[in-house]
Amino acid sequence: MRIHIKNGHVVDPVNGIDAVNDIFIAAGRILAIGDAPDGFHAARVIDAQSLVVCPGLVDLSVRLREPGLEYMATLESEMAAAVAGGVTSLACLPDTDPPLDEPGLVEMLKYRAKSLNLAHVYPIGALTQGLRGERLTEMAELSDAGCIGFGQSNVPLTNLRITMQAMRYAATFGFSVWLCPQEASLANDGVAHDGEIAARLGLPTIPVCAETVALSNIILLARETGVRLHLCRLSSMEGVGMVRDARQQGLSITCDVAINHLHLSEMDIGFFDSNCHLMPPLRALSDRDALRSGLQDDAIDAVCSDHAPVDEDAKLLPFGQAEVGATGVELLLPLTLKWGMEMRVPLIKRLAKITAIPARILGIDAGHLSLGATADLCIFDPEHYWRVAPSALKSQGKNTPYLGMELPGKVKFTLVNGDIVYEDQID
Amino acid sequence: MNTKKLQLPDAENLFADLANKIRPDINKNTALVGVRTGGVWLAQRLQQELGLMNPLGILDISFYRDDFDRIGLHPKVKPSEIPFQVTDSHIILVDDILYTGRTIRAAINELFDYGRPASIRLAILVDRGKRELPIAAQYVGAEVVLPSGKMLNLQQGGDKKLRLSIYDKQLPA
Amino acid sequence: MISRNPQLNRAGELQHLLTTEGLPVAILLDILDTAESFVGVTERDVKKIPLLRGKSVFNLFFEPSTRTRTTFEIAAKRLSADVHNLNIAVSAQSKGETLLDTVNNLSAMYADMFVVRHLQSGAAHLIAHHVQSDIHVINAGDGRHAHPTQALLDMFTIRRYKRDFQNLRVAIVGDILHSRVARSEIHALTTLGVPEVRVIAPKTLLPAKVERLGVHVYYDMVKGLKDVDVVMMLRLQNERMQSANLPSSEEYFKNYGLTQEKLSLAKPDAIVMHPGPLNRGVEIDSAVADGKQSVILPQVTYGIAVRMAVMSILAGN
Repeated sequence: MRIHIKNGHVVDPVNGIDAVNDIFIAAGRILAIGDAPDGFHAARVIDAQSLVVCPGLVDLSVRLREPGLEYMATLESEMAAAVAGGVTSLACLPDTDPPLDEPGLVEMLKYRAKSLNLAHVYPIGALTQGLRGERLTEMAELSDAGCIGFGQSNVPLTNLRITMQAMRYAATFGFSVWLCPQEASLANDGVAHDGEIAARLGLPTIPVCAETVALSNIILLARETGVRLHLCRLSSMEGVGMVRDARQQGLSITCDVAINHLHLSEMDIGFFDSNCHLMPPLRALSDRDALRSGLQDDAIDAVCSDHAPVDEDAKLLPFGQAEVGATGVELLLPLTLKWGMEMRVPLIKRLAKITAIPARILGIDAGHLSLGATADLCIFDPEHYWRVAPSALKSQGKNTPYLGMELPGKVKFTLVNGDIVYEDQID
Repeated sequence: MNTKKLQLPDAENLFADLANKIRPDINKNTALVGVRTGGVWLAQRLQQELGLMNPLGILDISFYRDDFDRIGLHPKVKPSEIPFQVTDSHIILVDDILYTGRTIRAAINELFDYGRPASIRLAILVDRGKRELPIAAQYVGAEVVLPSGKMLNLQQGGDKKLRLSIYDKQLPA
Repeated sequence: MISRNPQLNRAGELQHLLTTEGLPVAILLDILDTAESFVGVTERDVKKIPLLRGKSVFNLFFEPSTRTRTTFEIAAKRLSADVHNLNIAVSAQSKGETLLDTVNNLSAMYADMFVVRHLQSGAAHLIAHHVQSDIHVINAGDGRHAHPTQALLDMFTIRRYKRDFQNLRVAIVGDILHSRVARSEIHALTTLGVPEVRVIAPKTLLPAKVERLGVHVYYDMVKGLKDVDVVMMLRLQNERMQSANLPSSEEYFKNYGLTQEKLSLAKPDAIVMHPGPLNRGVEIDSAVADGKQSVILPQVTYGIAVRMAVMSILAGN
C-alpha cells in the first residue's frame, strides 16, 4: 500500500533527522522523505500534524509466554500489545515452557509470529538446556532457526565453569550472550532490595552485592573468552559504575535498564504491592537516580520493557509468593519519554534509546528511516497523556506498578513492512 | 428552639429526698453499686450520707450494652470495680435517670456475672417514664415527664453539688 | 503507589489490625485503656461478657501455632463470640486453593472477623485488601513482618510496670532480622514516645538499614543493656544455625543470652520480657526467666485482655 505521512515531526536518530517533513512509503519500504516522488499516488494519507514520526520501537526484552504459558498470555495478545505500544521489533526471552532450547520450538515460534504479520520477533535462545545451567544448547542450530543471541532470562547460572564454557562456545560462532547479573547464592530466597522497605516489611532480601559480584564474574569471564556480551536490566548504582569502568578499560559490552527501574524504587512497594515484585528488585532511590543518569550519559545503552504479563491469580498472593514481573511493552514509549522529559534529554536521544541503539545491540537492520529501509514506523502524539488502566492495555497481563498513573505519549499508528498494523481508535 | 422553658426540680433537694427514702431499709449488709457516671456520683454521696461501711461498687456497662452493633464500643470505657462478694449480698443499684430501662438491664446482667446476689433494689434520682423493659425503681427522687426529643443529664460541680440539665437529643452537651 | 493506611476506615477508626506501624497514638492508647477494663473481667466469677454475642470469629492459621491460636480463642470466647479454628497449613493450599479462595469461602459463611497467621510477610494485608468491607482482619503474625497484638500486650505490660513511656530506655535483644515481634515492638514503642529504643544483635541477625526504623544499634550486650528500663528478649529459632546466621546456640548464649550478670547492667528495677516460648539456656537463663525482674507470665495473662480489647474495638467500628 502506498502511504503518505503528512506534516509529521520526523525524528530519526541514525540519520540525524529532527524536523517536520513528509514521508512516502511504497512496497513496504521508505520511498522518499520531503517531496513526493513523481507520480506518487497515495492510497492512504495520514495526517501527522503535531505527531511524531519515528522508527518503529525495538524492545530488547519481551515475554510472549508461548509456548506453554498461554494461561498468562498468548502470542496473539502480546503481539497486538507490542504494536499498540509502537514496538515493531522485539527480542523474546527463552523462559517459556519448555524453554527455547530446541530449534523446532524456535522455528515454530518464528512461524507463528510471522503469520500474525505484526511485529518482527527475534528469539533469544536458551544458553543452557532447560535453562538449568548444566549443559550447553545447540547454539549453531538454534541460530540457524532464528535465534539472535543466547541467554538465561532470569534463571541464574550457578556454576562459573559452565558460564565460561557457554561464553567460549558462543564466541566461537560470534553469537552474543545476554545475562542478567545476579549471584544466586547471594540472592538466595530474597524478594526485595536489602534496604529500608524490606527492613520495615520483613521481606527476605537481595543485596546489591548479588548484582555486583555477578557482574564482576561475568565481566572477567567476558574478557577471558572474548564473547559479545549484553548485560540485561541493571538495578544498582554500583552496577552502573562497574559497567562504566569495564568499558573505560576497553571491554566492548552493552547493557540495558528496564522501564520499571528507571522510575520506581523500593518505596513504591508501599503496603506489599505485588505488582512491584520484580527481578532484579526495585532498589533505593539513589540507585534509581544512578540508572537514570547512567542512561543519559550512555553508560547504559538502551531501555527495555522487560515485559512479563502475568495472570491475575498469580499476583493475588502475598508479596513473596506472587509471580515476578510486570506487563510493559505498551509502556516502553511513554516511560522513556517521561524519563527524557524529567532529565531534559532531547527527544531524538530519547528515541535512540528505544530504536536505533537496541537495533544495533540485536544486530538487526531496523530502527532507522533511511531511504529504501523497511517501513517500520511509529507515529505518536507526544502531548497526549493517558491513564494506565486494565482496559487501556491490549496485553493479557494487566499487572503493572503504573496502574492509575497518567503517562505521556500515545501511539496513533504503527507500521510494519509498510502496512498499518495498529491504528488508535479515536476517543 | 424550645420556647416553653421546662421547670426542672433542684437535684440537691431530690437527692435529700432519695436518701431519706432509702435510709429505713439499710443495714450493715447493704452494698451500693453506682452505674457510671451519674450513678457513681450519687452512690458516693449516699455512701457518705447514710454512713455505709461496705465498699462501694462501680459498674461500667459498656460491655453489656444492647446497641453495640449500632454504635460500637464507647471510646472511654473504664473498668467496673466490685470490691465485695456479690453472692448473697443485698445490693442497691444506683443510677441518675431511669428512662427505657435498658441501662439497668445491662447493669443487672453484669452484676450476675460477678455472682448471685440475695437481692437487688433500684434507686433513681429522676424517673422520666417511657419504659421499654419491665423494670421499676424502689426508690425514686422525682418523676419528670419530658418530650422524647429531650435528654436529661446530671452534672456534678467542683463543689460536688448535683445539678440537672436538659438538652436536645441531636446535640449532646 | 502508597495508598492510605489500609487498617483505618474512612472515619479514621480501626478497621483491621495489621501492624503497629502508622497507627495513631490515640488508637494505640485506646486499645491499652480498653484492655484495662478487660483485665477485671478475667478475675470475676463469670469470665465472660456478651459483647460479641452472635459474631463469628475465624482463626485462620496457615502456619501452625497452638499457643497464639489459643489466646485468640480464649479472648473471643470471653467476648461470647463463636470461634472457628481452621488449620490450613497444608490441606486446602496443597490442593491448589489460593489464600484468597479460602478467605472468600469463609466470608460466604458469614464471618465477622478473621484472625490470620501466615508464613508470608504481607498475607494479612492481602486478605484485608480483598475481604468485604464489613469483615475485620487481625494479623496474628505474617512472616517476618508484624505481630501487632504481641507488641500491644508488651506495651500494656510495660505501662503496668513503668507507668508512662516518655522516659524509658528499652532494649530488644536477639534475632531482629527474622522477628515480626521485634518489628511490631519497635513501631509501637516509637509511636508511644519511648525516647530510646535499642536493638542488640550480631550483624547476621540485623536487617540492613534497621536504624531507619528509629532504633540505636548495639552489637554488644554490655554496652547495650547499660541503664535500660526494659529488656525485651526474642526467641532464637534453631534454623539460624543451619542458615549460617550463627555458629552455635552455645556461642549465642555466651554473647547474647540474658544472664543475671548481664541484667545487672540494666537499671535495678528493669523488667525482663519474652514473647515465648522460651529457649532456656539459649536466649535466656532460667534464673532470669523465673527471677523477680521477669514479667513473662503477666505478659501471657495480659495477652488475653489486650486481644479482647482489639476484637471489641474492631467489632464496634
